[in-house]
Amino acid sequence: MTLVIGAFTIGLILSLLSMGVWISFRILRYCDITVDGSITLGASVAAVMLINGWSPWTATIAATLAGGVAGFTTGVLHTKFRIHELLAGILVMTALYSVNLRVMGRSNVPLINVENIASPVAGILTRSTGGADSISLLGWSVPVLDAAMLITVLIITAIVALLIHRFLLTHLGTAMRAAGENPQMVRAQGVNNQVMVVFGLVCSNALVGMSGALLAQYQGFTDVQMGIGMIVWGLASIIIGEALVARSTPGLALCGAIMGTILFRLLVAIALRWGLNPNDLKLVTAVFVFSALVLPGWVKYFLRKRSKEKLHD
Amino acid sequence: MISIRSLEKTFFPNTPNEVRALCGIDLDIPEGCFAGIIGTNGSGKSTLLNAIAGAFEPDQGEIFIDQQNITHWAEHRRARLIGRVFQNPFAGTAADMTIAENVVMAMRRGCKRGLGLALRHSVRDEIADRIRSLKMGLENRLDNPMGTLSGGQRQALTLLMATWLRPHLLLLDEHTAALDPKSAAQVAELTLEIVRREKLTALMVTHSMQQAVQLPEHIIMMHRGQIVRQFGGQEKARVRVPDLLAAFDHVRRREQLDPAVAEILAKQYV
Repeated sequence: MTLVIGAFTIGLILSLLSMGVWISFRILRYCDITVDGSITLGASVAAVMLINGWSPWTATIAATLAGGVAGFTTGVLHTKFRIHELLAGILVMTALYSVNLRVMGRSNVPLINVENIASPVAGILTRSTGGADSISLLGWSVPVLDAAMLITVLIITAIVALLIHRFLLTHLGTAMRAAGENPQMVRAQGVNNQVMVVFGLVCSNALVGMSGALLAQYQGFTDVQMGIGMIVWGLASIIIGEALVARSTPGLALCGAIMGTILFRLLVAIALRWGLNPNDLKLVTAVFVFSALVLPGWVKYFLRKRSKEKLHD
Repeated sequence: MISIRSLEKTFFPNTPNEVRALCGIDLDIPEGCFAGIIGTNGSGKSTLLNAIAGAFEPDQGEIFIDQQNITHWAEHRRARLIGRVFQNPFAGTAADMTIAENVVMAMRRGCKRGLGLALRHSVRDEIADRIRSLKMGLENRLDNPMGTLSGGQRQALTLLMATWLRPHLLLLDEHTAALDPKSAAQVAELTLEIVRREKLTALMVTHSMQQAVQLPEHIIMMHRGQIVRQFGGQEKARVRVPDLLAAFDHVRRREQLDPAVAEILAKQYV
């Protein structure tokens, strides 16, 4: 049960990242690698602020803003200085590695005995259960701290998802969606598509930064290496999500991204439980994303070939 | 009203691929005039349209729309004054977004876009009403993705979108060239209907002499980056396809003659 709760909690935290990656990858059609750096940036900013006594909410919001600044930098490099989108992301990601070390002052920051974002909920739960260490959830006994974290991130993710959804249906959101798909059309309608790209990258990386801040608080430490491969995890989650719900309306796509992330985390948890070497995890994920991108095309090709052969028979 | 003053543009200057696309274009199109540009491939007609739309900055010259100098305006800023339909039916709309979402973009062409909900019920009704005038049954498919429509339907919608807010200038870049003959005729008819009803100032590039004779009330003939001939008023009303072909022939013959004449003149005077 701890495994399932853990997978759900991490899944919900990383859904923020997936929604961010979804904005850049699917809406802007921009492959933004900044994510690998901005999640660590969010985590480091939050961790350092927490150990310096700032409130978890302030720390999380600051981490979100820091992620936004990272996205803004990538966007400006790409639009104003005409650097290729991948290279712009790589530059910012690489620079962020040093920035993160500077922010933390060392390569990792443990968060022991500091208040985190789930503390208020944990307090309520402890009071309502009369000081018990664990509560019963669907018949299972769950540690109060884990339950509090799950509830907190569930609320945060739900609110953020609703806000994004609502934003995508506004005039500005509609323009942003169109900018990714057809920049020429958007310019002809009087929208500066480059501003839309920068703005989208700010939103995207802000979500990633928030995800990093929550992840740091959940796992109780920040490590300068924690961001490596996060973009691929995000992509894997999005692809799973799109298999679950068709790529149709923004609302469904967002639900898909969240469900995909949770499912992905569950699959990872199960694979690790079955004895997958954690060191192989990133290789397996990369292979999965590769096959998810390539297989549908192959399947279509073989089906067409077979139907042609049948026609000839 | 549009005024263009000695507009020049050279692509890839000082390289072997140098192309003098526009060589000193002077053009005035009065308010409410529907003008057509014809010319051979590479004559600069699309370049002229793109220069007006703001796809690039000219090397020299100025462009005015209703007395506003827009020469240095960015493309998206000019959209406030200009409605556009492209040759490629896929260029004017976003395929994965719904019909209603595409149209709602056009309802704010050049306006501020805030955080208000884009598709309120009243807006949807307004969209359905106006799309009904196309008589394509699209008013019942507002929530279908644009990509499910045919090229002709998409081009008709793009035209409707470009004129949803009355543009100071409507730019049509061979907007029927990529369509099948039946859809092309439909879109051409729709173009004429909208331009006449709204009394729009419009500039249309076309490959088809037939279309140039039928649709616009003024014909501009381009060759090698220059305006070589214009037909307006009474003359335009009389002009037929053979006359246009003859005019082109004349231009080409004069061009062949030119170097020889230049040589003779050089011998005599230098």
